[in-house]
Amino acid sequence: MRDEIFQLEARASGRFCFLLALLLAGSVLSIFAASLFGRLDIPPWGVCKSILSGVGLMDAPDLDPTWKVVVFNIRLSRICLSLLVGMALAVAGTVFQGILRNPLADPFTIGVSTGAAFGASLALFFGLGAKQLMGFEFIPLASLGGAMAALFAVISLGRINGQLRRETMVLAGIVVATFLSALISLIKSLDEESVASIVFWVMGSFQGRGWNHVGFALPYMAAGLVIIWVYSRELDILSMGDTQAKQMGVHTEKVRLRLMIGASLLTAAAVSVSGVIGFIGLVMPHLIRMTVGAEHGRLLVLSGLLGGVALLWSDVLARILLPGGEELPVGVVTALMGGPFFCFLLKRRGVGTRL
Amino acid sequence: MIEIDSLYCGYGKREVLKDLNLHLEPGEFVGILGPNGSGKSTLLFAIAGVLPYRSGSIRIRGDEVCGTTTRLRARQMASVPQKSEVSFPFKCLSVVLMGRYPFLSRFGGYSQQDMDKALDAMEQTETIHLAQRMMTEVSGGEAQSVIIARALAQETEILLLDEPTSSLDVAKKIQIFDLLGRKNAAGVTILCALHDLNLAALYCRRLVFLKHGKIVLDGFTEETFNDENLSRIYETDIRVSLHPVTGSPQAHFVPGLDRVPESSDHRPVWREEILSFEPSDC
Repeated sequence: MRDEIFQLEARASGRFCFLLALLLAGSVLSIFAASLFGRLDIPPWGVCKSILSGVGLMDAPDLDPTWKVVVFNIRLSRICLSLLVGMALAVAGTVFQGILRNPLADPFTIGVSTGAAFGASLALFFGLGAKQLMGFEFIPLASLGGAMAALFAVISLGRINGQLRRETMVLAGIVVATFLSALISLIKSLDEESVASIVFWVMGSFQGRGWNHVGFALPYMAAGLVIIWVYSRELDILSMGDTQAKQMGVHTEKVRLRLMIGASLLTAAAVSVSGVIGFIGLVMPHLIRMTVGAEHGRLLVLSGLLGGVALLWSDVLARILLPGGEELPVGVVTALMGGPFFCFLLKRRGVGTRL
Repeated sequence: MIEIDSLYCGYGKREVLKDLNLHLEPGEFVGILGPNGSGKSTLLFAIAGVLPYRSGSIRIRGDEVCGTTTRLRARQMASVPQKSEVSFPFKCLSVVLMGRYPFLSRFGGYSQQDMDKALDAMEQTETIHLAQRMMTEVSGGEAQSVIIARALAQETEILLLDEPTSSLDVAKKIQIFDLLGRKNAAGVTILCALHDLNLAALYCRRLVFLKHGKIVLDGFTEETFNDENLSRIYETDIRVSLHPVTGSPQAHFVPGLDRVPESSDHRPVWREEILSFEPSDC
């Protein structure tokens, strides 16, 4: 019996390693492949050379400098950013689903995304869109602040008798999100001029994003990821419910607060550079959970990678889908694909047995 | 082992336990009995340190429960809840491994030793064949056995159980309680809330009866488990006779006069082929 179990365990870790390798290879290939798409027609060898020389791995003096700028500074930075944002959203979604024990939770449920959107809308309303603060654009900072403010509003609303309860937290999240969406609508109706930019921002887009945005988001994302990684085992135990988690030795209040801060940092960093992008945080954890099970150590790694690749290609679609060279907001692409796909998942596996 | 003195405890404004005193010696097997809402689960929660208490004290081996860390408490005592909800498809083995969590270092993973202890516990509860099945896909009774295995994997000297076997079939009940009896013989102190009076009388040496948040009766099973006491506590007619094999007292419940069943001509028909059917191993 035991040998059989060990064999199956070994097979499961083999499967995990295979998927990990597959997704890592997929990510690297996707980065190259996605760099081929764009308005300027650059042959594959040119793209490869541009990337390699941009990273500093190759000296290519004969390379067309415009190619290098287009591929490395415009395309590659945007691709890396979409990869990072997708990863951050998927990991944050996994964590929120875990701590709220709700398979339908995602960064939106808790109001963090809407908080970020509100922060950015406010900045756009006050005409701070082009302003800079200490070398950073103002909008990412504003949305980061909005996200964190929303998180603390939700936490303080959801705390009853000093205890953070998941039911009240979901409700508080919905209240905060709804209220902030109303405020965003109010801002839009007050200021006709900024409507277009706010709408575009709220729909989520990577248009015009570059390496400085990657640099802006990366530290927050790294901090969030470290926190989550440290507490990934507790995340498993929290799924058994608070009472049982405490009986197994988890300091639930402390751990959950830290996990929420970690996941909110990821969400805030993602939303601050890309706007609001839906469905990545909701769908990716489900897909991975169906294939490797709910154990969070593996789940977090794989759904993060899958989320990155998924958003990367969604962004490519957003760039090339419209024939006239116009760009779609990438949030529209993920919602158009994610919605029906999630319905399919719901029907097939009964994802949400309990809400 | 467990010393509870003038304990007041409850939820919000509602006081459930009022001035409760209870002392347990190491190696005792104590059943907590009493009608619904008498505070059995609340008492177990308070002892486990899950529910903060208003006043009084609970000491485990001399240490006040609210003064120790969650982790330390989880090394002292393991709990089995009445029911557990698992929201996500965890493998049963992963759930049992969680019982080893209080012994892990901050950055260390589960070791081979932890794995062995988890599998030992699953063997003892006869759930090892479920190891690779998903917690969400096994039956309620099987899931409960897995949770019991998890508590055993915690290897604590105190076990707190809240109606651990109410969702199990008769054979499973006896099997789990036999196992608890063996653990108790090996030195584990067991405190178990039960609705099943007969199960309590079969296994517990001492019974504590709760009513309205207070202990109304506390003593050895032979001395407390009789017609008069049970009928008064449960406010229904209960008669006690001796178990034909073990000689422990067993309760019989007397139906009200309007509920005496009518005799009928229906004769049972055995379907031998179903009885002898062995489901293929999965």
